[in-house]
Amino acid sequence: MSVIDSLRQQIAACEAQLATLRQQLAEAEHLQLQSRRQAQEEVQPATFDPLTHDMSYGIHDDFRSEVFAALSHGDGSEQPPRSRWPLDKMEYKRYGRQLIMPEVGLQGQLRLKKTSVLIVGVGGLGCPSAAYLVGAGVGTVGLVDGDTVEESNLHRQILHSTARVGMTKVESAMVALNSLNPNVKLVPHAARLTPDTALSIFKDYDIVLDCTDSPASRYLISDTCVLLGKPLVSASALRTDGQLMVLNNPPLPPGDAAGGPCYRCVFPKPPPPESVVSCGDGGILGPVVGTMGVLQALEAIKVITRGVHSSVRGPAEAPSLLIFSAYATQMFRTIRLRTRKPKCAACSAQATVTPEALNSGSLDYVQFCGTINPVDALSPNERISVENYAKLRTGRNPITGTEVSADSHVLVDVREKVQFDLCSLEGSVNIPFSAVSRLRVGDDAVKIPATEEEERWIAELKARGDKPLFVVCRLGNDSQMTVKKLKAMGLDNGGQRWIGDIKGGLRAWREKVDHEFPDY
Amino acid sequence: MADQKDAETIPITVEFSGGLEMLFANERKLSLSLPTKDKEGNHVNVAYLIDYLCEKEMKDPRRDLFVLDGSVRPGILVLINEADWELEGEDKYELQKGDNILFVSTLHGG
Ligand SMILES: [Zn+2]
Repeated sequence: MSVIDSLRQQIAACEAQLATLRQQLAEAEHLQLQSRRQAQEEVQPATFDPLTHDMSYGIHDDFRSEVFAALSHGDGSEQPPRSRWPLDKMEYKRYGRQLIMPEVGLQGQLRLKKTSVLIVGVGGLGCPSAAYLVGAGVGTVGLVDGDTVEESNLHRQILHSTARVGMTKVESAMVALNSLNPNVKLVPHAARLTPDTALSIFKDYDIVLDCTDSPASRYLISDTCVLLGKPLVSASALRTDGQLMVLNNPPLPPGDAAGGPCYRCVFPKPPPPESVVSCGDGGILGPVVGTMGVLQALEAIKVITRGVHSSVRGPAEAPSLLIFSAYATQMFRTIRLRTRKPKCAACSAQATVTPEALNSGSLDYVQFCGTINPVDALSPNERISVENYAKLRTGRNPITGTEVSADSHVLVDVREKVQFDLCSLEGSVNIPFSAVSRLRVGDDAVKIPATEEEERWIAELKARGDKPLFVVCRLGNDSQMTVKKLKAMGLDNGGQRWIGDIKGGLRAWREKVDHEFPDY
Repeated sequence: MADQKDAETIPITVEFSGGLEMLFANERKLSLSLPTKDKEGNHVNVAYLIDYLCEKEMKDPRRDLFVLDGSVRPGILVLINEADWELEGEDKYELQKGDNILFVSTLHGG
């Protein structure tokens, strides 16, 4: 027999076997369908009274599930075990790809399912972290945020959408999360977190994610987590950098040195308010903050699957700070952090942060972190309104009414160069505020000579020294500081040259003079 | 001999993160050679380095964005060879050849 004939025979035999198997499968499926239909009919309200059932033949089907439930669980709050498997059929399918990983497995999935996670802040960090946690099948996700969706959020806050601009962030996120995984219970808390509401909101959750954007909220969230014994996954991002810490892990009571450090252990004192830069002022790249949010979800999953509930938890990792720098040669680096601080105001035996202090409102987080007062550095005669400046640009002195030439003044725009390049007023000179800040005055100027670039700025400002000098910025704060600095540098020729700022900056210009001027 | 020893320097790397680089002309990394002893003849430590950075390297006159009350301002973590300086003796830590000192400003955006 040739090789070809032999192969042909083998194929024929296999095909016959395949046909038999298909037949058997069809029959088995048919039988299963029939028995299911039968079972459903039996569960339907019976046309006869089940109480008349003769118990000597066993328990009637209508009572069977109740009997099983009573046998397996003491309390009636649990659902009757519908299936032989610990997860629903749907759940095996949906979570299959993570279920087959040893890091999760059945135990991990069950832990995720019974865990409730609170996400404070539904912005650049909260959106991606919520998406991954809801996707992973966490039982309950609570969302805290008092803001509404704005257009400028959309490049990074991935749960929101163009159509939902104006909707509360909590509502908008719930729409997206619900369509992602309707099996997760979502709990809305559509208000800004405050000291008097923090304890009552946090107490129902097992783990907390700090996705907020201010020092005050970071201290409040950390304190609340320490008081209630909840692990905290904290992240932040600005421009191209991000930071991540898992705090209060393990979440042991205050005074227990074996507990993980809290935010106050790492940062006992808040930063000076003038050193705090927001995403609105400093800028933020979507994938940078997104990376940090995704990492928060990852850390939360690690804590949960390791057993946030169980008393025999695996050893927690040593406290660390992850630093992400998108444009550095080494994008990720991990820094070892200290353990709990023996004199920490929140988590030590000498803690002054107590539930009573929190509830009574005696802990003023906003005051603790300080605020920047609106800059009011100039006298009224050093300032001009946008309306009057607009008149001056059209060629008429708003005060005297006399004609002025187009080249009547110098306009200095102190926004950073990137912003200046986006849009600027015609004829304005750009001297970035960062450069102005670096210009030295008095003793400092003697000690460190100006760089070549700085010499150029100064020359630029001294040029046309007889003309009045107007300073403009984005919002009208940096312009005031600049006016003060320029005068200190003597650029006003001992008071002979007028130097002043344009009140309210380019925002006021857009609102009151030129509505077409870009709003970014 | 003594002179030769005094002339020795300690090469270290200093890094900035979280926006602090802006105070140092946008340099994220500096390679410095510090003298082994300070004016009093003590081995140079992190306190000396902080002073040195303010006097010699900082291009921005806004010192208070880096130091406050004689030490780094609140909100800046100092990391000595990838570990919180509180694990190493804070500003008393004596600098060794090849040390990496990282200054990180906390971020608050989200
Ligand atoms: Zn603490």
